[in-house]
Amino acid sequence: DGHRPPQVVPGADPSARQLCFAWGPAEVLVCETLFGRAGGARSRCLSRSPCPSRFWGQGRAGAAAPSLTGSVSGTGEGAPNSSRVFVVRRDQDIYIQTLRKLFNESHGIFMGLQRSEEELAGKSRKAQLVQVSKNYRSVIRACMEDMHQAAVSTRDPALQGQYSTQVSILSAMELIWNLCEILFVEAAAAGPLLLRLLDWVRLHVCDVDSMVREVLSSESPSKHKLFWNVVDVFVLQGRMDEARHLLSKEASANPTSMNMYKILDDLMKKMPVPSLGNTQTLTELELKWQHWHEECQRYLQDGTFASNPHMESICKILLGDEDAILEKKELMTTWYHFLVTRLLYSHPTVKPMELRFYAQSSMDLFLGGESSPEPLDMILMAAFEFEMHQVIKECSIVLSNWWFVAHLTDLLDHCKLLQSHNLYFGSNMREFLLLEYASGLFSHHSLWQLGVDYFDHCPEFGRVYLELHIERIPLSTEQKALKVLRICEQRQMHEQVRSICKIMAMKALRNNRLGSALSWSIRAKDAAFATLISDRFLKDYCERGCFSDLDLIDNLGPSMLLSDRLTFLGKYREFHRLYGEKRFPEAARLLLTLMTAHIAPCSFWMTLLTDALPLLEQKEVIFSAEQTYELMRCLEDLTAGNPDKQKFQDDDVETTKVEMLRLALARNLARVIVKEGTVEGS
Amino acid sequence: QDNRISIWSAGDFGNAGLNGEYHGEPHLLCDIQHNGDVMDMQFLDQERIVAASSTGTVTIFRHHQNNQTLSASHRWEKAHYHVDQDTSCGGAACTGVVCNNPEIVTVGEDGRINLFRADQKDAVRTIDNADSSTLHAVTFLRTTEILTVNSIGQLKIWDLRQQRNEPSQIFSLAGDRVPLHCVDRHPNQQHIVATGGQDGMLSIWDIRQGTMPVSLLNAHEAEMWEVHFHPSDPDHLFTCSEDGSLWHWDTSTNVSEKPSFLHQGGRSTAYLSHSTINQSVVSAWLSNDPTKDRMEITNLIPNQTLSVNSLDVLGPCLVYGTDAEAIYVNRQLFA
Repeated sequence: DGHRPPQVVPGADPSARQLCFAWGPAEVLVCETLFGRAGGARSRCLSRSPCPSRFWGQGRAGAAAPSLTGSVSGTGEGAPNSSRVFVVRRDQDIYIQTLRKLFNESHGIFMGLQRSEEELAGKSRKAQLVQVSKNYRSVIRACMEDMHQAAVSTRDPALQGQYSTQVSILSAMELIWNLCEILFVEAAAAGPLLLRLLDWVRLHVCDVDSMVREVLSSESPSKHKLFWNVVDVFVLQGRMDEARHLLSKEASANPTSMNMYKILDDLMKKMPVPSLGNTQTLTELELKWQHWHEECQRYLQDGTFASNPHMESICKILLGDEDAILEKKELMTTWYHFLVTRLLYSHPTVKPMELRFYAQSSMDLFLGGESSPEPLDMILMAAFEFEMHQVIKECSIVLSNWWFVAHLTDLLDHCKLLQSHNLYFGSNMREFLLLEYASGLFSHHSLWQLGVDYFDHCPEFGRVYLELHIERIPLSTEQKALKVLRICEQRQMHEQVRSICKIMAMKALRNNRLGSALSWSIRAKDAAFATLISDRFLKDYCERGCFSDLDLIDNLGPSMLLSDRLTFLGKYREFHRLYGEKRFPEAARLLLTLMTAHIAPCSFWMTLLTDALPLLEQKEVIFSAEQTYELMRCLEDLTAGNPDKQKFQDDDVETTKVEMLRLALARNLARVIVKEGTVEGS
Repeated sequence: QDNRISIWSAGDFGNAGLNGEYHGEPHLLCDIQHNGDVMDMQFLDQERIVAASSTGTVTIFRHHQNNQTLSASHRWEKAHYHVDQDTSCGGAACTGVVCNNPEIVTVGEDGRINLFRADQKDAVRTIDNADSSTLHAVTFLRTTEILTVNSIGQLKIWDLRQQRNEPSQIFSLAGDRVPLHCVDRHPNQQHIVATGGQDGMLSIWDIRQGTMPVSLLNAHEAEMWEVHFHPSDPDHLFTCSEDGSLWHWDTSTNVSEKPSFLHQGGRSTAYLSHSTINQSVVSAWLSNDPTKDRMEITNLIPNQTLSVNSLDVLGPCLVYGTDAEAIYVNRQLFA
């Protein structure tokens, strides 16, 4: 595969500073470092000569031309100038506003194609594929229209130039696609092939349209100076009826040539052309044509048209005389027009496989050594030679965007025309191009959604690419995050779900939106994060003495079970509620359960025991003997724990608390023993 | 990013083609740049539109019909922000806006509720930290009461006359706290409320009774972004979702069973008692018995691909927009 020509990154000058670069998923960052160019030091950057930095494309078939889309200035420490970071993006086209319609509509067509029924075989499948191809082409044409409108209505000359360039690129794309549709998708056979090619030429060679209109709309067309040009155009494009119509005007104006006209008209009327239906076989057509050809030959040789050079040249054209046709070069404008005209008048039953010879010779004759073929010509030639891979490769190199080759290759693949031509890293060409195209989409802030569907239809590497790209989409609003999450969940990308939810939950936590953070952890079923949030709540409670966001804690519902800490939080709040409602026995029971069932974290036990104090001090005995023993056990567990607790015992407040607790528990125990020992009613 | 607010003309209603169908495409009348994503928008009156931005700004745009231009007539910057209004650089997205001329209520990712008046520079009232999670949508219940839904699955009623910063009522779903994304109130019966959740479930609530929904209808396969009762024909409900579908819920029962006032243009309302009308219409949405009242549900989108983010319905017209950057207008909804 060919070398890419180096692209210049304007502004980055390796002769002044050493540059370093880093690859991103869709872009390259080139930045100036602090290190100046020491004399004689081996350069570590890509260029070898002191000239503006060059960016080498990859060696594989068709890296799209990169362009500078942004640069960020920063100050370097100690450096005399600020250093800059250049963002070099590969696919600048996705940012052109008017092309967005192309991307969106073609995405719809692509999805329709992938989902279409494979069971349809033979003719109906082919018809379906041809329809898809036509749909793609109509989208290209619609886009061309919009672009043209934009070019006409804008007042900025630079923009106008850009739009006009885009229009011509789109028009070339449609030209190539149309030819591929005729030769590959529809695979027109000898006979209909010529008709399709004629349609193709008529649709795309429109430089002569304005001249045609001018002549037709003038008062007496036959007197117009361009009259014969227009007749020639019609003949060259095989538009016999229109040619005859114009000729009749000339005949009525010029009665002397009536005889000649009648003969010519008759010849043109009788000309055998291939038909679309099955009304005649190829051999029949060839016979008829041979007959007709001889008749024309006779008239020419008899000198019937000798007095009128225009009509004579038309007759020569009808006979397929190459020199006569070549004389009308300016009217044909392109070599492929010449090719089709030649075929029409010398080999109307041309077979698809024979096209290559005629194409090559047509191009040589037409260009005649004066000009060399342009990239577009090479692409069309490759198509006539049925070299599909060559067509795709050439298009990749010439076009700045993967859209065209990706969609065309996908369509050809569905026509079962591409052998699984394995590239060196294992995936086939269709997949490679789709991956490249979709990756380009991902660098766009909104078109990335289309890219997801393309990755879905790349069986080998699509999923991996998607996993890597989807995590890098900037999540500026919650709605965007939700869309990304939905995509991940639908494809069972659990890691990415967890990671995105964590990011959103952390953001929410930092903004003090505890409810949002909890809602993200519930989505990811992330128990660890739920624990983190609960700890936050508990910390707030310890500091402030009251709960924040009661609407959340009171209404946790079944999500409480997500993490132990969360359950504890919910239950603890319930304890406070019960206490507030003066339902002391229930509150007491709950408190005890929190400790004995080990729902409460050890760090919180002291707080819980302290909460038990007011219950112990109540006039009425609340805790039973059993419960009091439990509480005492908990306290002992807490204080007799590890040697660390020694330190905490030295703290005055803590020791006072423990002592108070011990006293209260003892007192309660005393009271309760008495109460329980007392016989009722005595 | 280049976000714009645009006004389109969807064709004259008077011009019908040969078949009685109008084939014209909507064409752009005017547009204006908008800072940030447009999260929600609503017409304030015939000429003014309120837009909620992802930057936390709420803007009123005026549409000048004489020369077909749009201009920003008023802006409340940083209506929604995180933590501290002055230091916060990003602002918090404003997720929902609802208008009742001249009042405008907005809610956002910061859990804040703002009440603005169209002619006043500062907010009339702000309820900070109204919710510990994100508020996704807001709608008016009565002129002084609003309904909000949040990302922990709660539907709250706020009474704006009261000074306390607490909701007057909280409703929530029984099971998992699935976030609710949209809310709409029945146009005639103010106690019937519909909400849509992240799991695509449509819930119908009767806010006079209980704290739980009356019916839960399994609808879409992904987030339900918007739910709308048809403003003049509330037996019809429309929902759109991330899964790319737009459903039309039709509870209007057989023609013969319906009271005839709908057909004779209200002439016979005098003959029917008030309770009968209420009864037959109430049963449609609040009925728990799916076998008794048939509900027809139709997906209005033939080939769905990307999410339908928003919809609106008025008269026989339905308009909706998708993530494929396309707007669809259906002018013959009930044909």
